[in-house]
Amino acid sequence: MDKATKAVAPARSPKTNSLGLEKNEYRGRPSTLCKGCGHDSISQRIINATWELGIDQTQVIKLSGIGCSSKTPTYFLGQSHGFNGVHGRMPSVATGAVIANRTLTAIGVSGDGDSVSIGIGQFKHVMRRNVPMTYIVENNGVYGLTKGQFSATADQGQVLRHAGVNDLAPLDVCLEALAANATFVARSFAGDAKQVETLLKAALNHRGIAVLDIISPCVTFNNHDASTKSYAYGKEHQISLQELNFIPSYEEIEIDEYDDEREVQLHDGSWIVLKKLDEDYDPTDKLAAYRVLEQGHRDGKLITGLFYIDESSPDLVEMLNIVDEPLATLPAEKLRPSRESLDKLLAAF
Amino acid sequence: MSVLVKEASPVPGEHELRVNDFNINVATANGSGSQTSNNILIRTLFKMGIPVTGKNLFPSNIQGLPTWYTVRLSKDGYLARREGIEVVVCMNAATVAEDMQNVMPGGIILYDDSLPVAARRKDVTYFPMPVKELVKEADLPFNLRDYVANMVYVGFLAYLLELDCDQVRAALEWNFEGRPKPIALNHDMVLSAYNWAAANVINNQPYRARAMTGFNEDKILVDGNTAAALGALYNGVNLVSWYPITPSSSVAEAVIKYGPQLRRDPDTGKATYAVVQAEDELAAIGMAIGAGWAGARAMTATSGPGISLMSEFVGLAYFTETPTVIWDIQRMGPSTGLPTRTSQGDILSVYYLSHGDTRHIVLFPASPAECFEFAGTAFDLAERLQTPVFVLSDLDLGMNYWISDKFEYPKKEMDRGKVLSVEDLDRWGAKWGRYLDVDNDGIPYRTLPGTPHKLAAYFTRGTGHNEYSGYSERPEDWENNLARLTKKFDTARELVPPPIIDEVEGAEIGIISLGSNDAAVEEARDRLSAAGFAASYLRVRALPITQSIRDFLAKYDKIFVVENNFDGQLEKILVNAQPSAAPKMEKVTKCDGLPLSARWITDSILSHLA
Repeated sequence: MDKATKAVAPARSPKTNSLGLEKNEYRGRPSTLCKGCGHDSISQRIINATWELGIDQTQVIKLSGIGCSSKTPTYFLGQSHGFNGVHGRMPSVATGAVIANRTLTAIGVSGDGDSVSIGIGQFKHVMRRNVPMTYIVENNGVYGLTKGQFSATADQGQVLRHAGVNDLAPLDVCLEALAANATFVARSFAGDAKQVETLLKAALNHRGIAVLDIISPCVTFNNHDASTKSYAYGKEHQISLQELNFIPSYEEIEIDEYDDEREVQLHDGSWIVLKKLDEDYDPTDKLAAYRVLEQGHRDGKLITGLFYIDESSPDLVEMLNIVDEPLATLPAEKLRPSRESLDKLLAAF
Repeated sequence: MSVLVKEASPVPGEHELRVNDFNINVATANGSGSQTSNNILIRTLFKMGIPVTGKNLFPSNIQGLPTWYTVRLSKDGYLARREGIEVVVCMNAATVAEDMQNVMPGGIILYDDSLPVAARRKDVTYFPMPVKELVKEADLPFNLRDYVANMVYVGFLAYLLELDCDQVRAALEWNFEGRPKPIALNHDMVLSAYNWAAANVINNQPYRARAMTGFNEDKILVDGNTAAALGALYNGVNLVSWYPITPSSSVAEAVIKYGPQLRRDPDTGKATYAVVQAEDELAAIGMAIGAGWAGARAMTATSGPGISLMSEFVGLAYFTETPTVIWDIQRMGPSTGLPTRTSQGDILSVYYLSHGDTRHIVLFPASPAECFEFAGTAFDLAERLQTPVFVLSDLDLGMNYWISDKFEYPKKEMDRGKVLSVEDLDRWGAKWGRYLDVDNDGIPYRTLPGTPHKLAAYFTRGTGHNEYSGYSERPEDWENNLARLTKKFDTARELVPPPIIDEVEGAEIGIISLGSNDAAVEEARDRLSAAGFAASYLRVRALPITQSIRDFLAKYDKIFVVENNFDGQLEKILVNAQPSAAPKMEKVTKCDGLPLSARWITDSILSHLA
């Protein structure tokens, strides 16, 4: 691999990251979710990934809508500002916040009800705008907080105690994201710590919107073996599309050469290196992404991995052509045009 | 070319002329380009120094339905809508019979001579205009013919009313922003119509527009929505997120128009603001709230249906104490209602918008100059009080041209409110809590995301929270929070723009009104005074109501609350605030899609006094 470089990682205690912080400083409040909830695993992956990347928590914003998944931002990155919005509308709040301060790293956490049922409109439009953020859908196909109703990702034919049988085919988070022109689309399984963390690290370094559909079983309401969002199903049917390694450019390490790899450079110069199970899979080929997702549905298999990535498209704040510094903290002299300019305007009225 | 049948009446003498005191009504079809001609007309009159007001009565339609533009000339400086038409221009076959019928006796009718004249009245004078022949003669490109045809009536009016032709030319240059081709094309049409009229028409009618002084000096002609946009740009707006809806769209569009020349970094060419057209009003307010939370000055502009959609998000912003500004350019509702007609029907719904115990700061600008000023006031109040602030304009103020005082350059520094810095956090340490009432004014301190300090972060949530922004379902936390929000609302009473009060010595009656009714109320006061009823006047400029409003309510024996809605929404708020004044209060309300007129206000009040 010609991009591999030989560099020595900076010497530090293994218990602290590049900022000299221990991992427990990246924790949040204790979780109030059910014991064994897949969402808590994901929170732990976020803690691990941000700690390992040495991300400054004070420069992160955590945004969510309403639902079990949307509660989780309280449970990680306790030194980051969080915003728990209204149901299905997290994307618009995130959009406003990143425009106000483009230097922040935005992590959105949502669920299948929040993003695919009530919030499908904002979900689609935040993709279309390529808002620079990581968008995690903690997908369990069921409404937990209201005690077990179907969401739009529930399986066809699935049975719930009160709701009965679901006659409708599910919406696929990744297919919806692709169709809305998302520039990073991936899926994983909450129980796959390594893959979730790797995808998270890649997502956090992506230019534009990065969607992570993470199948996260609901231990209370939707963990029947028949559900595609159950632990048993996930473990049996999960097929990894690729194995992934993520190498931040500021911590270059020597890696072994792989014959079957496909490298993708991220916006900040870092590289994501994919190890493919399928030798032909090219994550820059959108048609291939549609095909593999649709094939997964036909085969009843849960394909995981990075389906699509496009690092060439400008994100929303680039398209808006706003100044490099945060709009929110611009000094008054940059916000108020001169008296002369007003006189000139008024002369024309 | 047709030969005009000259009317028998003689040319009036100077003392028989009616100068600068009549209404012109132009009847056209929507989408025919008449707006340009009407703009030229009103701007010419304005630049001649004549107090003038224009009301565009247009349909919810892109092309074809009838449109009327009524111009009032008032030498005495009255700028409200006035009933009665003295001069009508008929360009629309669909309405020509009715339009001709509606002219006052003694009035004049200019009409496209290809239109049928159903019943020839004896008490008016007819001036047929050979529109088709003049357009044909001009040899215009086919696609421009209908459009430029409207310049024919400008030329005719220029001749009959004796408009200043230099000002007509200047108005064309202004309208087309100096582009030579359309200026020449339109000006040629005006001139050819003028010349034809001069050669073929005896000007035996009494209406004249004469240049005058004493009123328009140092004034501008502008619509309220442009003023709002400029006010936002001069007061640091960082984000305008919006969804198109009549009659508010021109707020965002004016930001898009003027932003590049006012708010770009001269070195990099990059903007210090952004405009995002959202997918709906929910996203528009969501973006504004997200940006406000992150420390930016963010606003959205909408109308009634958009307000309804924003309801849940506004409750969140109120409860999380997030600054944002919402312009509501009111129209007739509920539902789609009459989307192109004016109303003040959102006062109650906006004041209490959302579920739970919510109430909001609402500003009521009455003129374009005040729209400009309140754009800044709204941001200052939103950031000072950490809450959504509404500005209630309406279609009449927002979309019609008004003669306005020049916009005043902001006198005060922008108030960015209680925001903690890194140094503050060092000093305060763990004592800082997002919802702590440190200063006993109900207003807590906030930190902005991105503040590089370990203690800066807090969690913003619509769920119950304690003073340290922690999740809480404790009854006492909930009640304490509501009590503090009430205290904050009381603090707001001292900060919002106070009412404008004009008291007449010895007056026994008081009038309370708001917003764009101002011109009609002032004119009505003159009429009432002439009828022997002097009236003091209080113009409400903001909610919550202030002590000065309470004092006014207590002082007068009879109080008329004048509003452009059906139920008397401001009156209900006043009654609620001061029940003891209820028996003295009389609502004077009208809701027919038109701006209030002074005559209607006067007659309504007099009927109560009789």
